[in-house]
Amino acid sequence: MMALYLRDLKLATRAGGGALTGILFFMAVVAVVPFGLGPDLKLLAQVGPAMLWIGALLASLLGLDRLFQAEREDGALDVMLMQETPLVLTVFVKCLAHWTASGLPLVLVSPLLGLFLNMEPTAIFATMLTLLAGTPAITLIGAMGAAVAVALPRGGLLVSILVLPLVIPVLIFGVSAAYAAVEDPAPFLPPFMILTAITLFFAVIGPAAAAVALRASSE
Amino acid sequence: MPIRLRVDGLAASRGEDPIFREVCLVLDAGGALLVTGRNGTGKSTFLRTLAGLHPADSGTILLEGVTDPTAPVRESLQYLGHRNAMKRDLTVAENLVFWARFSGQAGDPAKDGDAALEAVGLGGLGHLPFGYLSAGQQRRAALARLLVAHRPVWLMDEPTAALDTASERMVEALIARHRATGGIVIAATHQALDVPGAQTLTMSGFAVPT
Amino acid sequence: MRERSLAIRSFTDLANPTRFVALAGRLLPWLASLTALLFAVGLTLCFTTAADYQQGETVRIMYIHVPAAWLSMMGYTVMAASALGTLVWRHPLADVAAKCAAPIGAGFTALALVTGSLWGKPMWGTWWVWDARLTSVFILFLMYLGLIALNRAMDDAGRAAKVSAVLILVGFVNIPIIKFSVDWWNTLHQPASVLRLGGSAIDPEFLRPLLVMALAFTCLFFTLHLAAMRTEIWRRRIAAMRRQAARGAASA
Repeated sequence: MMALYLRDLKLATRAGGGALTGILFFMAVVAVVPFGLGPDLKLLAQVGPAMLWIGALLASLLGLDRLFQAEREDGALDVMLMQETPLVLTVFVKCLAHWTASGLPLVLVSPLLGLFLNMEPTAIFATMLTLLAGTPAITLIGAMGAAVAVALPRGGLLVSILVLPLVIPVLIFGVSAAYAAVEDPAPFLPPFMILTAITLFFAVIGPAAAAVALRASSE
Repeated sequence: MPIRLRVDGLAASRGEDPIFREVCLVLDAGGALLVTGRNGTGKSTFLRTLAGLHPADSGTILLEGVTDPTAPVRESLQYLGHRNAMKRDLTVAENLVFWARFSGQAGDPAKDGDAALEAVGLGGLGHLPFGYLSAGQQRRAALARLLVAHRPVWLMDEPTAALDTASERMVEALIARHRATGGIVIAATHQALDVPGAQTLTMSGFAVPT
Repeated sequence: MRERSLAIRSFTDLANPTRFVALAGRLLPWLASLTALLFAVGLTLCFTTAADYQQGETVRIMYIHVPAAWLSMMGYTVMAASALGTLVWRHPLADVAAKCAAPIGAGFTALALVTGSLWGKPMWGTWWVWDARLTSVFILFLMYLGLIALNRAMDDAGRAAKVSAVLILVGFVNIPIIKFSVDWWNTLHQPASVLRLGGSAIDPEFLRPLLVMALAFTCLFFTLHLAAMRTEIWRRRIAAMRRQAARGAASA
């Protein structure tokens, strides 16, 4: 399993891999916000956590459609389906590698973008923490969509459309936890715990559903 | 204990159309089956059904003589499809080592990979990215995968696609070697492969059992 | 007339990658030494001149920040010129030049952004303002990164060169538009509060180290660029040799 994880990381970081593109997209989305809202620093600081979350959400959806499609195109998926390793585990490890290559970098650059949006250090830290807890859920839910759309020739856009409604809870609790850290009356922990719970829940549900979909579509 | 592959009354369809019906065959250790027939008669579907990648309408596939009889048969099969299951951006050696590790192969995958590449006539090319190879070389590298991840039964879909005559002889030698060690080979091909003592299954669009 | 033919001859001489590598090998030690010397002088000047009575010691950031910002623009200009060379004259080294200028330009842009940010914190009380000038440098940075990503995404060097040359040129003609629109955007929203750098004429006390540093940065740019181009030519040769090795083995 380690072999699969390392191979996917290698593929993501090597020439043509999508790891860099995701970060760039994230930066571009967040950089565009001030142009729409105006350069008012107070306003930007206020919408900062939400913008970072939406940017990270869109950026992590970006490369998801290739998660299984690339494997299917070169026939590797067939061989993976036949192994004694449970398919659920294979899917989970692929998600993990995908997150490490494209989700984790988003978390790591988010403080930098937080500075651009004039966010407070606490807000930046809280947003980073919620992104760290929440982005794996996006990948895990996205894996489901990617598996469903694996056989479609132009599944890319469809994956985003399928997955977006499903990740709304992640966005809700991620953003509310990030705001709770800054605004006094709201407690930080409850939404953060729910966010973590969602991630753990989909760590089980996501790969299982994706495995079923992959088996069904291999014909 | 030598293995034996037993297929009974196997049937499959694509959508509503039946592809083959009532295929029965028994292959002992060292046995081989050549699946022939025109394009579109279902050779690939037959192999994919055996591999568990295509749902069977009815029938059973049994592999006797394996250590864990409860495990799905597909885990004892090694499938070489039309596509090579190799990543263009990784080197040939990296590809092979990955498949060896992923298939739970014990031993030193790097050394096995080198030996396998030697056997398919690609010795010394392990350091090249897979995408650099020509179509025939890519096919041979894909064949090397069968050697690094040992499975008793090989399912080969057009193994000689894109290969020249010399390489076809090499494939025949690989098949012979695998059979000599007690393996079973099932190959779908429209080219004349010299596989001594092989049974033949001719797909004619509808099933003709051997 | 004679002069022109001479110039063309030396131009075609340069077009030969082998000759270019040899030339670069001979030039690089000199250029590198010159860069080191200029930096030694420049940095000494930076730290021996008086501090600004208003900004204090932080004014010294300017000696890094301003040359880096200049170089970030020069880097893009070099890329645009190379892109023109790729598309119009099909100069074999132009795409190498364009490809190699991108990471270096991005590096200088990042340096300008980071030093500007470090300077902005004590001066303006914030790391970042969406001031027109800052914003356009940031957009430039994004353009650099996009071009690098594009180059990385294509494995065929020749095709990648042509496609990115188109993008570079479109970006280049777009820069005035971006600059203008950002100016308009910002002044529309926030007319008075934007702090301007170097509003008054710079005192010669500050100008001297600044110019030396600018020269040092320019030399550094060309040293790095030349070295990167040589590396890129070697890299392509190795790739070609590997392809050949694969073909050679096929006949064996």
